[in-house]
Amino acid sequence: MRKYLLHIIIILVGLIYLGRLFHLQIYDTSYTNLSRNNAVKTVYEYPQRGNIFDRNGKLLVSNQPSYDVMVIPRELKPFDTLEFCSLLGIPKEKLKKQLQKARRYSTRLQYVVVPQLSKEEYAFLQEKMHKYEGFYIQKRSLRNYKTKSSANVLGYIAEVNDRILRKDDYYQSGDLIGMQGVEKQYEKELRGSKGVRYYQKDRFNREIGPYLDGKLDTLAIKGKDIQLSIDIDLQEYGQKLMQNKRGGIVAIEPKTGELLTLITAPSYAPELLVGRKRSSNFTKMHYDSITKPMYDRGLLAEYPPGSPFKTLTGLIALQEGVIQPKQRFSCTHGYYYGTRGRKMGCHSHSSPLNLAFATANSCNSYFAQSYRKIIEKEASPQEGIDNWRRHLKSFGLGGFLGYDLPAGRPGKIPASKYYDAIYPSKRWQGITTLSNAIGQGEVLCTPIQLANMTAAIANRGYFYTPHVVKKIDNDYNKNPKYTERKYTTIDSLNFEPIIDGMHKVFTHGTAHFLQVPGITICGKTGTSENFTKIEGKRTQLTDHSIFIAFAPRENPKIALAVFVENGYWGARYAGRIASLMIEKYLRGSITVTHLEDWVLNHSLEEEYEKPLSGIPFKINQ
Amino acid sequence: MAKSNIGAIDWLSIIFFTFLLFFGWVNIYSTTFSPEVSSFFDLNQYSGKQAMWIGLSFVAIILIVATDTRFFERFSSIIYLASLLLLLGLFPFGKTISGATSWYAIGTFTIQPSEFAKIGTALALAKFISDIQTDLKSIKSLGYVSLIIIIPALLILAQPDAGSAMVFAAFLFPLHREGLTGYILFLLFAVATLFILTLLFGVHWIVLSLFVLGIVIYYFLRKQRGIVLFLLAGFAAMAAYCYSVDFVFHNVFKQHHRDRFNIVLGKTKDIRGIGYNTNQSEIAIGNGRWFGKGWTKGSQTQGNFVPEQHTDYIFSAAGEEWGFIGSLLFITAFLGLCLRVLFLAERQKSQFSRVYGYGVSSILFFHFLINIGMVIGLFPTVGIPLPFLSYGGSSLWAFTILLFIFLKMDADRNRR
Repeated sequence: MRKYLLHIIIILVGLIYLGRLFHLQIYDTSYTNLSRNNAVKTVYEYPQRGNIFDRNGKLLVSNQPSYDVMVIPRELKPFDTLEFCSLLGIPKEKLKKQLQKARRYSTRLQYVVVPQLSKEEYAFLQEKMHKYEGFYIQKRSLRNYKTKSSANVLGYIAEVNDRILRKDDYYQSGDLIGMQGVEKQYEKELRGSKGVRYYQKDRFNREIGPYLDGKLDTLAIKGKDIQLSIDIDLQEYGQKLMQNKRGGIVAIEPKTGELLTLITAPSYAPELLVGRKRSSNFTKMHYDSITKPMYDRGLLAEYPPGSPFKTLTGLIALQEGVIQPKQRFSCTHGYYYGTRGRKMGCHSHSSPLNLAFATANSCNSYFAQSYRKIIEKEASPQEGIDNWRRHLKSFGLGGFLGYDLPAGRPGKIPASKYYDAIYPSKRWQGITTLSNAIGQGEVLCTPIQLANMTAAIANRGYFYTPHVVKKIDNDYNKNPKYTERKYTTIDSLNFEPIIDGMHKVFTHGTAHFLQVPGITICGKTGTSENFTKIEGKRTQLTDHSIFIAFAPRENPKIALAVFVENGYWGARYAGRIASLMIEKYLRGSITVTHLEDWVLNHSLEEEYEKPLSGIPFKINQ
Repeated sequence: MAKSNIGAIDWLSIIFFTFLLFFGWVNIYSTTFSPEVSSFFDLNQYSGKQAMWIGLSFVAIILIVATDTRFFERFSSIIYLASLLLLLGLFPFGKTISGATSWYAIGTFTIQPSEFAKIGTALALAKFISDIQTDLKSIKSLGYVSLIIIIPALLILAQPDAGSAMVFAAFLFPLHREGLTGYILFLLFAVATLFILTLLFGVHWIVLSLFVLGIVIYYFLRKQRGIVLFLLAGFAAMAAYCYSVDFVFHNVFKQHHRDRFNIVLGKTKDIRGIGYNTNQSEIAIGNGRWFGKGWTKGSQTQGNFVPEQHTDYIFSAAGEEWGFIGSLLFITAFLGLCLRVLFLAERQKSQFSRVYGYGVSSILFFHFLINIGMVIGLFPTVGIPLPFLSYGGSSLWAFTILLFIFLKMDADRNRR
């Protein structure tokens, strides 16, 4: 035993130490992370975000330098506080507070004292910076907007929030990310790829050289430029026409599915969400629940489509063979149906009418009868509705269109299940849903869906999924989603009578005063009833003014939908705006100045005040 | 003078020794590595200086191998006395570095006599024990033996350098091997255990537990004669000891001593302050994983996060850059050397060589035990070097001489 005691102890200690080492090096993995946080500093290099151009190559969004005033507290020397504060344009207390915060964060590390100075402020400050030791200026890149419109299309960039940080490990706290519109949808293309450099730190947190000889470092890759399909002149013009009104304009080039304009009103200048005022502006607009400037009505607002929907009813009836173009239906200030003498009203016009004239005069009776025939053609109303719905779905209604913007709503085209749920006895009939015939009832569409449907009519039977990006870094948007035709269920021959009717809207019908000399426009007015709740009571408001149109009739170049909330009747606001937009786009200038003057000089603000005023009001005045 | 016989030197020990020297130098190079310095042998760098020390230590090896073995036995007392004089000389002439007067300064170089005192003490102890008149069971002999060990230890403790003084406890192993009663080792072990338990749980709880333990023992052994008296005396002694530990810890120890104990006992966790060394060293080692970060690639090591990494904390660099596998290799080599020396000691014909060999192995092992224990956070922070690896000429020479005197004895074992 005497001989072996030390042997045993040596071997035992060896084993114990190896056990401890196994625990430190292999079993407990937290030490590696500790070391990484400890000894490796990661520095990101941010590339320039891609520029955004309009369809004609006009620069819409670029970058501008912005300057943060930074401080490293331990390097501070006494300085003239008052002068410095006046240079920065902040009160002395604010500076004191910022310095306190900086010290609490770290005395050795940089901290932002005043963020995002403008170029002018920077120029002023720069000369005197040398007097303030411990302070320095760090350059950053912010968005620079060349237009005051299109905020809804462009979107904005902001610091990433915690939710994104948890989900996507590309982003670090403080990184900027696209939050809406194209900035969000094409974030990956626009942002490029940030470069990263690792530095070996020493125990004083100083960099002492590249980590692992820079083997893991990567270079920043510049973001890609994007060319939109938006025509910025048309967009700005539309924005101007929509002043003092609420609603949206969506215009599409039917041949390509490219969005020419996407206007929502009211909107805001995109530059409001840049720089030092960003946060207060954002809060103000985000919580404005009345005018909702950040709500894209063109994509998100689901309205009853009203009379423009009649074009579809007519098309489906033709396709199903339940009407003939020449066939006339009578109208006696409405259509009486059912066993208890129920009536769908209509305005006064000559009777009976064929399809084209019924379209031109927007005869409720005609399309109610057509609709009834469509539904009643099948063995049961369930099958009838579902067949009707199948046609509508092929126009991109009642579902997401799949365009390249992050906001959207599906709208609504009711299926038989929907009515079965409302009427559990299933004893509902075609006429129960008769309002659908004229775009009221259970049907809801967003403006972009209406515009897309118009494009499909203009193309006589097909459309391209609408999209807003034309080129990425000079390469055409080749995404097959946007280059493949989507055919509707309607044969192209059946479109002519309807298009003829839409033309007659301008020559003989509800929009006869909206003609633009030299341009053959086809369109359809719409006046949709709508309701709100005031103190829990369903209350009817002034009708929405709706208009769809495309032009020219042959080889159409533009198809659009205009919605003006509470604009009373279709031709009144929406029709005028549609004609002006079409002329502006096709001709580049306006000859129908009387229409323009009327639109610019009429405001709907009073109308919008009514339901909020708390006093009884009259509608449709 | 007999001819030297290099061929008879134990080659396995040489292989371990060479590996440890090389491994040590490689790690010193890495701890002080900076990409701007390309030369391996820049005398302004620690690695360059250490290379010089290594070269000089081979000169010492040649001298030892050329010396007659009997020289060491015959002159052991004189070598011992000389090392005591060197230790004494520190008080008037020594140089103070970070609070301890442990160095002689010759120009820019410093030399630490306490490292060499271990050799003198080992030789003197071997000489005394191998004396025909010495009987480790007699009080008188034990008294002399204690004096031989304690005098240099006290001189070193007065510098003050508690770590180096503590190493002299290693001589208990050769004493035990040569017949010192096991009770003394057990007693010392008990003393150390009580010390730690008292600090961990507080003196009152320990004394109470001892009392309860005494009653339990009494219950089982109550038939024995004189048991009550024995237990009472034992209890009184232990209680007195515990209270004195408590007193010494709180009233004699300085705050930094207390802090070091508290860190290891897990009573405080202060990674910014006093626990910084241990914490950084653990992070460095933990960062190594299986195969290490690679030479001069350890982020902790290159960032100089571990203070004193080229000296006492050299193993943390090895752990980070060579990983568990490298650590395993090192531990095998080091303890392999200790065991090999023990094996060689056992085959000596002369008692002098055997005791000396045991002393060598014990000292190397004790350094390993305390140094590595500290670096991996199992021992309090006690500043002693890791033999053959830590930067420093004095310790490198002292350990080389210590080892090679024995290897020379072993080579010559059949000659006499």
